[in-house]
Amino acid sequence: MLTYITRRLIMLIPLLIGISLISFLVIHLSPGKPTDVQFQFNQKVSLEVRERLEKLYGLDKPVLVQYGEWLKRMARFDFGRSFIDERPVTEKIMERIPITVTINILSLGLIFLMAVPIGVFSAVKEGSFYDRAMTVFVFVGFAMPTFWLALLLMKFFGVTLHWLPVSGMRSLQFEYYTFWGKLADYARHLCLPVCISAFTGLAGLSRYMRTNMLHVLRQDYIRTAKAKGLNQNRIYFRHALKNALLPVITILGLSVPGLIGGSVIFESIFAIPGMGKLFYDGVMSRDYPVIMGVLVIGAFLTLLGNLLADLAYCAADPRIRYSDEKQES
Amino acid sequence: MKKILKHKLAVSGSVIIIAMVILAILAPFFCRYSPDDIDIGQYLLPPSADHLLGTDQLGRDLFSRMVYGARISLSVGFISVGLAVIIGMFFGAIAGYYGGITDAVIMRFVDIMLCFPKLFLILALVALFEPSIYIIMVVIGVTSWMGIARLLRAEILSLKQRDFVLAAKACGVSDVVIIMRHLIPNAIGPIIVNATLGVAAAILLESGLSFLGLGVQPPTASWGNILMDAKFTLGIAWWMTVFPGVAIFITVLGYNLLGEGLRDTLMARK
Repeated sequence: MLTYITRRLIMLIPLLIGISLISFLVIHLSPGKPTDVQFQFNQKVSLEVRERLEKLYGLDKPVLVQYGEWLKRMARFDFGRSFIDERPVTEKIMERIPITVTINILSLGLIFLMAVPIGVFSAVKEGSFYDRAMTVFVFVGFAMPTFWLALLLMKFFGVTLHWLPVSGMRSLQFEYYTFWGKLADYARHLCLPVCISAFTGLAGLSRYMRTNMLHVLRQDYIRTAKAKGLNQNRIYFRHALKNALLPVITILGLSVPGLIGGSVIFESIFAIPGMGKLFYDGVMSRDYPVIMGVLVIGAFLTLLGNLLADLAYCAADPRIRYSDEKQES
Repeated sequence: MKKILKHKLAVSGSVIIIAMVILAILAPFFCRYSPDDIDIGQYLLPPSADHLLGTDQLGRDLFSRMVYGARISLSVGFISVGLAVIIGMFFGAIAGYYGGITDAVIMRFVDIMLCFPKLFLILALVALFEPSIYIIMVVIGVTSWMGIARLLRAEILSLKQRDFVLAAKACGVSDVVIIMRHLIPNAIGPIIVNATLGVAAAILLESGLSFLGLGVQPPTASWGNILMDAKFTLGIAWWMTVFPGVAIFITVLGYNLLGEGLRDTLMARK
């Protein structure tokens, strides 16, 4: 296990360097470049912004020096100060990460809770009415434009029925609520965003779960169990499910970038003050230090998500670490 | 081909797509009004015989705007995915065929690109350039090729050991010809599936960006930016909210169905 973790951590180094290179490339597309004439027509990028960018990223220095400085900045999480309110970008991002991460963990949890039963029962009853109905349900979610669904449900539950609040994270009277009241208030605000993101993200995992389960059900040990006359439910849920569930951990890890990216749309529709909203506002006001900061930290979060998924998989499935150790010896 | 025609999902998907393409190409024949004609006196009219899907807040005919929006959505879908396929196949073929250090470098690059949340990368690039339909196509293309590269690489890795490839090599056929004539045609199935699903994803992305005001810019009509306007008339003009959303949904569904159908038929042989 320990060797696996070390190896996995060492593999992060080229990825981190790559992230720094690509984000560096993105900066170089920025209007700080003196040759970029097209930005003279853009009023949002004034001469002042250009000068500040040049100073911030040292765009007048040789490329290698610039890259060195960018690396140093990344290592220290120092992305400069926001053009809008002069606060350090890292501070602005850090206070918003918990919100985005919480929402994403909630919707990941919900996706998991829904996708596993849907996939398992579809596989067990392959070709049945239930299987086909679930396929349609999942496909509808997959093809649904999230922002449109959000708009419709906001209108329905928020404006027409007045059941749920349509924006923000908390009510105006939030301060006066008890602890449970506060919790309920958060739940009411987050209900729509989390449910919508889970519904539209359901397809991948549930289809994957179905394929996996079908594959496992064709294995010899399942046939043996059936031949022994074991109880059907015991076969499905004790023997098959466990094995079909393992690879799902990796898929959960892989869906992290999509969820983090999707938070831009959710948070700006529901006015949730998370990282996505910060990024959106940054893009709208061309607040480059914020844009770069969120871009890099978003990539770090993705790496972290993948790393955690790999470690969890390794902890759950001993075959991974054994094959790994064998490779080394 | 026969198999595809028998596959109900694939057929219904194709029907939707063909209908949309015809509508988009022949747009001027279907529209009585120009999509950009502003008629302030006729603003926010509900659907009627005169304006099939009603009018928007500037009195423009919603049906015409939707039909011209189909042009935008489909061209963004096709061109961005075309770009992604070209880039992805290029890197995938080189990585799979040459292997070794080339393969390692390209695949690490793919891993790195996958680390960035796609929407963040796209929005950062859009913020640096001014949003326009061409930028959107290019940006979606350059952020969507990684899956195709991985697929083609995996296919080529298994194909290149096969006898027909070894025979071609023994005959002194050049690498380029082997890749283009022998390897890619045999590996094309999964790529077609991936590209079909990719068009759906690109259409969703474009409409999402336009909805945020960072995609296709007004006055050019796109389904996404009609929905952006609809945000302000929510509760007053249901037709502004319902129709563009349904259009996106049906189109995306069409590509997804076709993609799934192709997956069942093209890849079932293995």
